[in-house]
Amino acid sequence: MAAPVSLQVEFGGGAELLFDGVKKHQVTLPCQPEPWDIRNLLKWIKQNLLKERPELFMQGESVRPGILVLINDADWELMGELDYKLQDQDNVLFISTLHGG
Amino acid sequence: MCEAAGDDGGCGAGTAPERRRRAPAHSHPRPCVKCGQGSAALIIRLGDAFCRVCFREYFVHKFRAMLGKNRVIFPGEKVLLALSGGPASSAMLRQVQEGLSRETAKRLRFIPGLVYIDEGAVRGQSAAQREQSLARMETLLQATGFPYHLAHLEQALELPASILRPGPGGSGKPSPSYKDAVEGFIQQQRQEGDGDGDTLVPGLGTRDTPVGPPAAPRLPPATRTQELLRLFEAVETPTAREELLQMLRTHLILQTARTRGYTKVMTGESCTRVAIKLLTNLALGRGAFLAVDTGFVDNRHGDVMVVRPMRDYMAKEIAFYNHFFDVPTVIVPPLPTKRREKPSVHRLMERFLLGLQEDFPSTISTVYRYGDGREAEAKASSESQRCLLCLCALDIAGEEELALEPTLIMEEPEPVGNGCCQDTPAAGVESRAAFIPLLCYSCRLTFKELGPLATLPPYVRAEAQRRIRRAELELQSQEVLPEDEEPGKS
Repeated sequence: MAAPVSLQVEFGGGAELLFDGVKKHQVTLPCQPEPWDIRNLLKWIKQNLLKERPELFMQGESVRPGILVLINDADWELMGELDYKLQDQDNVLFISTLHGG
Repeated sequence: MCEAAGDDGGCGAGTAPERRRRAPAHSHPRPCVKCGQGSAALIIRLGDAFCRVCFREYFVHKFRAMLGKNRVIFPGEKVLLALSGGPASSAMLRQVQEGLSRETAKRLRFIPGLVYIDEGAVRGQSAAQREQSLARMETLLQATGFPYHLAHLEQALELPASILRPGPGGSGKPSPSYKDAVEGFIQQQRQEGDGDGDTLVPGLGTRDTPVGPPAAPRLPPATRTQELLRLFEAVETPTAREELLQMLRTHLILQTARTRGYTKVMTGESCTRVAIKLLTNLALGRGAFLAVDTGFVDNRHGDVMVVRPMRDYMAKEIAFYNHFFDVPTVIVPPLPTKRREKPSVHRLMERFLLGLQEDFPSTISTVYRYGDGREAEAKASSESQRCLLCLCALDIAGEEELALEPTLIMEEPEPVGNGCCQDTPAAGVESRAAFIPLLCYSCRLTFKELGPLATLPPYVRAEAQRRIRRAELELQSQEVLPEDEEPGKS
């Protein structure tokens, strides 16, 4: 059993418009058998934070192309992307570079 | 451009497009490819990991290199930066600020001014939201210390018809070479005394904005907003709506530049944006104008040149730069789509390209480079050879070959007396069909979806009337002249 994980989840570049305009979210992920990774986090965000039109944020199990992900201020491409194992107090930031909705 | 990207050297992998290599998990911290010391913060290009310090240097250098390479902005010239509050134009503003604060030898030597167009009315913002965005934007503009101009999209309805005519210059006197201009500028500076510590002085003479905390921004009168909304609601497709918005915005920026004496306008399209625009424009039948629409230099307006200094940056680079170095932005919502409406070509193309880019990371740069190879448009000698809406040289020679015929057919869905309360004499009745010959292929298609003439912006109608009348006069004089020069004064 992995312990609950506390994270700061942030949205920017217009992605916050899909989350009631709120940029910073303090979230605590519940205990679950496997460790939390970004893949699971996205699933959790879709179920718990995303208010409407999930297709504007997600595509398949990942984020929509054009949305950047930063883990602790670094490009997620350096960190293993969806497979990155989240640590307590991590900061995950999603920045949209998209124009249209 | 270094083509041999990646660290596994030799690219004998054949001709298949390079698929994205997934970074191995847990490879962090990876060293920076540039300095080899700092831990990498992001991956740019095709898998190059950069640390923050090297990335910043790379980013700042790119802007200067772009201006240095193209040599179109002269020292002492007034340059208007068109800001939307979005990431690319905000990063552009920061580059100009950086460039002006450098030590003398490397300092940028033009005089910047800023313009922001408030488009809240058509972007579905409430009055309160608009005021909020405006206030945030104004605080941001004011903090730069540069002169700035705010305009509302509603003001496009009051534009003069002359905005649709290319200004003087460009074709007239040959401009001095870049080298001469720089030398002249340096000499002038020497004469003015060695105190070149404050290069901003000449520009600030034109400061027309009050210093002090921004006053509560005033929105245009509600009737104007209504009129603008009627115009947008009458447009039949989201694609035409995007084109209309772009047109009104461009004309407002141009008007600001002309009335305030700016000779250059800088816009912030990124490489990603340029690639999307390129394919969008191809799809919209604007292939003939790729060079003006997406190139570094856009000279269609004659007196005011539009330049795009950000077109070498990927959207990703810009987003990371803004995040790492706290560049403030003001986000406005996209144009709303109506229910059951298909998305615009612009949005489809964005989705398509970014989706491809995800798996094939050279997609955007390949499309972008394709655009660089396009040649500039043929010169249009007179205004009647320029499109009424986009001011590009008309591409309608050889109507039969070019599949133009369908564009010439125009249903007239407006029966006389549909609320159009104009008491024009029968001969002068505005007809949609009469507009068609004034437009390029692409604008014809857009125009058909723009809705009834009555809601079109007055300046467009006025200029169209002028050109139609002129064409009629020319036709008459051609008919009159060959026939024995009668004193046929009507």
